[in-house]
Amino acid sequence: MSSPSGEHKPHVLPLRIYLGVGAILLALTGVTIAVSFVPLGPFNIVVALTIAVIKALLVAFVFMHLYYDNKLYFMLLASTVLFLMIFIGFTMIDTMERADLYPEVGTPIHSQAAMYDSLAADSGATHHEEGEAPISPADTTKPAGH
Amino acid sequence: MDNALPLHNYLNEPRGLKSWLFTHDHKRIGIMYLWAILAAFALGGTFALLIRFELLRPGPDIMTAETYNKMFTLHGAIMVFLFIIPSVPAALGNFILPLMIGAKDVAFPRLNLASWYIYVTGAILALYSIISGAVDTGWTFYTPYSTQTTTHVISMTFAVFILGFSSIFTGLNFIVTVHKLRAPGMTWFKMPLMVWALYATAVIQVLATPVLGITLVLLIFERLFHIGIFDPAMGGDPVLYQHFFWFYSHPAVYIMILPGMGIISELIATFSRKTIFGYRFVAFSSIAIALIGFFVWGHHMFVAGQSEAAAMVFSALTFLVAIPSAVKVFNWMTTLYKGQISFDTPMLYALWFMCTFTIGGLTGIFLGALSVDVHLHDTYFVVAHFHYVMMGGAVMAMLGGLHYWWPKMFGRMYNETLGRIAAVLIFIGFNLTFFPQFILGAQGMPRRYFDYVPEFTSLHRLSTYGSWVMATGFICMAISLFSAFRRGRIAGNNPWGALSLEWTTTSPPPVENFAETPIITHGPHDYDQIIVPSTLAGR
Amino acid sequence: MSQTASHSAHVAHHFADAEQQRESAKLGMWIFLLTEILLFGGLFCAYAIYRAWYPQMFYNAHKALDVTLGGINTVVLITSSVTMALAIRSMQQDKRRATIINLALTLVLAGVFLVIKFFEYRHKFHLGQLPGMYYTYTGIKGSNPHIFFSVYFMMTGLHGFHVIGGMAMISWLLIRTARGEFSSAYYTPVEMTGLYWHLVDMIWIFLFPLLYLIG
Repeated sequence: MSSPSGEHKPHVLPLRIYLGVGAILLALTGVTIAVSFVPLGPFNIVVALTIAVIKALLVAFVFMHLYYDNKLYFMLLASTVLFLMIFIGFTMIDTMERADLYPEVGTPIHSQAAMYDSLAADSGATHHEEGEAPISPADTTKPAGH
Repeated sequence: MDNALPLHNYLNEPRGLKSWLFTHDHKRIGIMYLWAILAAFALGGTFALLIRFELLRPGPDIMTAETYNKMFTLHGAIMVFLFIIPSVPAALGNFILPLMIGAKDVAFPRLNLASWYIYVTGAILALYSIISGAVDTGWTFYTPYSTQTTTHVISMTFAVFILGFSSIFTGLNFIVTVHKLRAPGMTWFKMPLMVWALYATAVIQVLATPVLGITLVLLIFERLFHIGIFDPAMGGDPVLYQHFFWFYSHPAVYIMILPGMGIISELIATFSRKTIFGYRFVAFSSIAIALIGFFVWGHHMFVAGQSEAAAMVFSALTFLVAIPSAVKVFNWMTTLYKGQISFDTPMLYALWFMCTFTIGGLTGIFLGALSVDVHLHDTYFVVAHFHYVMMGGAVMAMLGGLHYWWPKMFGRMYNETLGRIAAVLIFIGFNLTFFPQFILGAQGMPRRYFDYVPEFTSLHRLSTYGSWVMATGFICMAISLFSAFRRGRIAGNNPWGALSLEWTTTSPPPVENFAETPIITHGPHDYDQIIVPSTLAGR
Repeated sequence: MSQTASHSAHVAHHFADAEQQRESAKLGMWIFLLTEILLFGGLFCAYAIYRAWYPQMFYNAHKALDVTLGGINTVVLITSSVTMALAIRSMQQDKRRATIINLALTLVLAGVFLVIKFFEYRHKFHLGQLPGMYYTYTGIKGSNPHIFFSVYFMMTGLHGFHVIGGMAMISWLLIRTARGEFSSAYYTPVEMTGLYWHLVDMIWIFLFPLLYLIG
């Protein structure tokens, strides 16, 4: 990439590549907006993120020259994203799997036991008041007491 | 051999205050960091002595409970952010890394100077925070207390935020330096193990510290604008703060220990005149500790309300991270075996490290076991554990490195006799201070408590006496080190007869580090193949 | 030509040659970008957690965001990435005027982005759709809609802050290019700022669907 005299010969990409990738990015933006109006349930976020990842890779590989550079840079980027995924993933193992406040009510040991009479009376009231518990009645996506 | 300091060295050339304030020389920047972190250590240590004095007897002695909360918060925050995290990387590392790889400077000298001034800014803001009333949340700033207390959380956390950038830029600089600026012939596996350690540390600094940055920003915004991210009343989650905080702070403890481990590799090789057993294993274990260390943060949160599933994952990974540390300890031990050991002051610290770091590391495993941690969390057992690894580990190693490279930095030897006395006092004092705390914790004494039941008095007293012995040791050490400037023997290029590159140049080194670019022909610890005489008369 | 090349390369004393200096700068800038990814990563984590906890509320709340304005902003940023890349390309070919025009276009587009964001923010302030305790809007169903707006303002706010920083750097580049400080032999600052700017674009590429297009 540099001549013997040390002069830097830049690696110039043709104009059409930049404009072409730009056009693809704009097109993908349109696609992602359009798809968001189609109800696909849980797949909406999958599609949206997939398109976003494709756009990000295009920006990285072409505009940021990652495709043409030393593989080290791509490895650095990939490992960082991996770290981020593990950070989010492990944290969500916590937040998504938190136990009920009253596990005895969530998964009864012996449903005929007398202790459930008083327990159910207390926890039934407090459960609905806790708007912040993961199983608030306002937006239930998973059954309580998993 | 030499009976005078080199005429032109980095200390006296160029001259004048401005040349120091605007320097690009990594050696000068390292020296400025060194004075700062030593001052921070003295300040943090003073708070520790006050804490221990208060704990001599149950009940209030010299301070109220509120003041006590501020004491341990400041002790922790100063020691972690102003002392230990910059100590080896920014102070010793800045000085020694380019020398060890045969480079003229770090990759980005101006960024290095910026790092220094960012550190100074953060330090000044932290001092302001202390003077204007301090913080009482503990150095961990846990929500919800930190969002509600009336103490100066914002100024202190903003100071830490600023200090984080200093750490990031130092790490960035080191990574590029190691990748790009090694001398001809220095392949990755001819680098001294100190460089491997600094490199692994730099990776952690770069990846983990930004998360601390965003955590503190969120905390500050929570306090200022009540955005509700950590507030359950608004649908937020206070434990989320702990996830964010420990995602940085656990790797941070590896920032503290890894460079220390690098120093130990250097010391053990030099002072037992042997090449390090299992060089590649030790090198890779640094990288392994750095990587695995990112995935264990939840072990600080076993009783915080974390899900059992997450707790199990973190516990298992915590056991895993002990393995590379053990690899290092066994390799060092094997290096010592049948070596020609000389008990100079740096080696004493290395030997202390082997004992105290092992105890600290093993007790970390006790805490990593879920069922055991339920009883030991937030007791003095935890306090003893982390002091054994941070002080018995990182600080001992730092002190060993300080004595080892002091002659290189200033051209003169410290007082060896006083140095050894100080080392012994520090070792005895340290164990006397912290070993009783294991017992205290196992018997149920909670941490961060201002008062305690009378049954714990004798152990607390023992601990406080230990702190006085330690303080005496540190005073002796300071006298020993600073006596170098008055009457220290001229060290010459290589007082220890060591093999790494920094010892091939003058003590103190010239501004450009080496008169000619060094060419590497042997490994950094090849003591079995090459004998280099010491330049110190009578050694 | 080689004289001006080595003169404008400005090789610092601790580097062996211009190539080492250039490669070091690139590695350094990439590492800095990785720290930015992790900085934003914390906010993405908060987003993921709260969206998983309150999926219905997030869906309801996101309707308060204007997809048209968000879409325009996405187009604006992508275009600014193209012009930034073209600015570097022009510099590689020693076309100084083209570089200045492309840098100026990038700057203008960045400004447009911020203006649109300003109008979006103002609308929300007007309606009381604010983070945390300042939230006073009543039209969104679901528990704790403040959380959505806290996350929205933190993420777009931090992103906007980085856009402003980028604009400052591009302005500085404009001045230096006009002064003739760069050439095909030395244009490293332009290249490095370009990398930064593309990252700012990349982050918005994720922010837009996650905040505006919740299906």
